[in-house]
Amino acid sequence: MTTLPMPGAPDDVRPRRISRRSTGADAVFEHASRAVGASVLVVTGGVGVFLAWQAYPTLDRYGWSFFTEVQWQPEADVVGIAAVLAGTAAVALVAMIFAFPLALLTALYISEYAPARIRATLVSLVDLMAAIPSIVYGLWGFSLVMPHAAELALWLHRNLGWIPFFDVRGSDPDAAVWDASRYTASAFCAGIAVAAMVMPMACAVMRQVFSQTPPGEKEAALALGSTRWGMIRTVVLPFGRGGIIGGTMLGLGRALGETIAVFLIVSPAFELKWNVLEIGTSTVSALIAGRFGEASDAQLSALLAAGFVLFLITLVVNTLAAVVVARSRSGAGTDA
Amino acid sequence: MTATVQPATSAAPAAPAAPAEPIPGTHIGSTPMTAGGAYAGTTHLPTYDDAVAPAVPRASLGRLSPDERFLRVGPWVAALALAWLVTQRLLPMAGLPWFVVVWFGLGLALTATAAAMTGGSTEVRDRLAEAVVTGGALVVAGVLVTTVYDVVSQGWRPLTHLNFLVDDMAGVGPKDAFDRGGVAHAIVGSLIQLGIALVITLPLGIGTAVFMTEVGGRFATVVRTVVEAMTALPSIVAGLFIYTVLIRTLGYPRSGLAAALAIAVMMLPIIARAADVVLRVVPSGLREASLALGASRWRTVWCVVLPTARPGLATAVILGVARGIGETSPVLLTSGAAAFLVTDPTDGAMNSLPLYIFSLVRSGEPTAITRAYGAAAVLLGLVLLLFVVARLLARPRGTKSSLRSRVLTRLRQAPSISQEHR
Repeated sequence: MTTLPMPGAPDDVRPRRISRRSTGADAVFEHASRAVGASVLVVTGGVGVFLAWQAYPTLDRYGWSFFTEVQWQPEADVVGIAAVLAGTAAVALVAMIFAFPLALLTALYISEYAPARIRATLVSLVDLMAAIPSIVYGLWGFSLVMPHAAELALWLHRNLGWIPFFDVRGSDPDAAVWDASRYTASAFCAGIAVAAMVMPMACAVMRQVFSQTPPGEKEAALALGSTRWGMIRTVVLPFGRGGIIGGTMLGLGRALGETIAVFLIVSPAFELKWNVLEIGTSTVSALIAGRFGEASDAQLSALLAAGFVLFLITLVVNTLAAVVVARSRSGAGTDA
Repeated sequence: MTATVQPATSAAPAAPAAPAEPIPGTHIGSTPMTAGGAYAGTTHLPTYDDAVAPAVPRASLGRLSPDERFLRVGPWVAALALAWLVTQRLLPMAGLPWFVVVWFGLGLALTATAAAMTGGSTEVRDRLAEAVVTGGALVVAGVLVTTVYDVVSQGWRPLTHLNFLVDDMAGVGPKDAFDRGGVAHAIVGSLIQLGIALVITLPLGIGTAVFMTEVGGRFATVVRTVVEAMTALPSIVAGLFIYTVLIRTLGYPRSGLAAALAIAVMMLPIIARAADVVLRVVPSGLREASLALGASRWRTVWCVVLPTARPGLATAVILGVARGIGETSPVLLTSGAAAFLVTDPTDGAMNSLPLYIFSLVRSGEPTAITRAYGAAAVLLGLVLLLFVVARLLARPRGTKSSLRSRVLTRLRQAPSISQEHR
């Protein structure tokens, strides 16, 4: 037998209080993860703050000339990073010119063209390429690529030498026996090795974004009669634009900071020049790797300042990448 | 009442409104129809007639017809022959690189021509895009193959001596033959340094990612901003940081621990950010379903979010580890190269594989350089091994049960069966 609820309820019944405060194991989880986050914040933020603090004496002492001076001669109290910054930019740009199209094409191939059976294998191979140590790419660039790159540089000089980028001073491209040494150990050669290194990274990011393209939109494009390329052009590329830019920027950020491959390949020269094919250049990271050993405290501060400037540049590049990815649709997660 | 009973499912192919054509190879018993269109009487099982010819398989929708396949392959074969003619007979373009370039260019031109013969500009663009994309992927494959080939072809000679893997370089000069000395100390050093770095970064990195995605709030935004900013830290600057703080300021000697810390500083933001990206793409529908079933947030993270993201997390960690083991610059600044086996990371200089390779290559001695290539091959093998192990760990639990679980099931079943027999 059922009883009806009594109509006259007591007055002290109020709606249940809804609280978002977590209790029990949830509270422990929340506080523990917050503590982890805080510690990581302290560690990573500490590095940045420390670098800025250490770089300050140098920036204070040399002022703007630190950015405009070409030579790096701490013994003569002449310290500047203009040449190494230009070299860093040259190596990174050459690397991206090679890496960007290859990464984009490979990502498109894996996500759209490859047979479904081998797709997982190809993804693993790209991850494996990203996992290959940079020093191996350095060896590859040094022994296998550099002779061919020198020939390519000669060809570019001979045919496109009127563009300042492709000019090589002190060498006659039409000579019977060409002076190979002028074309090796250049920013161009280093850029190729760095390109091989950053390409898989950029490719992995792009492929991941492409694979998140809503299948319904792709099938809609195909159902409307578009070809595969038409579908890619109208659906996949617009959807993945954020990933393309973000992956490229991420690769650029890594290319700017790459040390060992560049250090192995280039012959150091402190010179501000356009000629990427010509022997001799230097990058900020190669400068640090070459000079930290014999550095006094003041010189160490100068090196830290150079490292700090490099960090700021890569930071700007990466932040731009993050903003671009976050603004695009593809950064918004899967609940579109 | 019995007259309006719908036929059983075995006769389902014969729709009531339109009598279906008999499927070849099967013979459906004729179903008497009443005037109202409904089935009457009993249902008949379809009987199979072996004498009828088997059904013609339907042509697959996605597969290319022989004509189309010829149109894709033909231009490239023609371009191969034409490229040989152009580079070897007509123009002075010696060498393999020119041959490949000319082949690719001619292949594109011929593909476009062949596509234009059967279709319009849309087809031409489609076919060209396919060729260019495939070509780009092949170039990348070529990079991978030549990298591995270069290292192995130059470094196989030291590898043929067993002592290369089990000896260290104590008392071995740069010109000594390959039957003396090895890389054991460098391998051990690399593994120890990476192990310490992983112990630090794995819980911190994934914990931070969980904090950023699952707990959230204003503070999480700050942490995410800083972590994303610090992924920009070049590895050499991470090394320089540890060098300045630990070695120059605090006076701690160059050691494996310092190198491990430098690697950890470099890896931590990378792993945290990659894990964050992976966790963010876990569909929130899964999370909400778990919460709606009454699970606590902690259980949701542990039982739903993390298992869902497991392959992605493993990839994130692999990429971080791969960078950590291969990065030379932080190690170059912080560890110092010992020529002998060091197993205590706090006890002075400790070598590692990248540093070993680097110092031998810089020495300029041909024997040493060959040794460096051998070490590079070992490093490649190590990376490959780590990679395969991580892939196996990361494999999503699919329908196909793993070997281990199958063995476990078999072991659990075995005693119960024998008990039943008794």
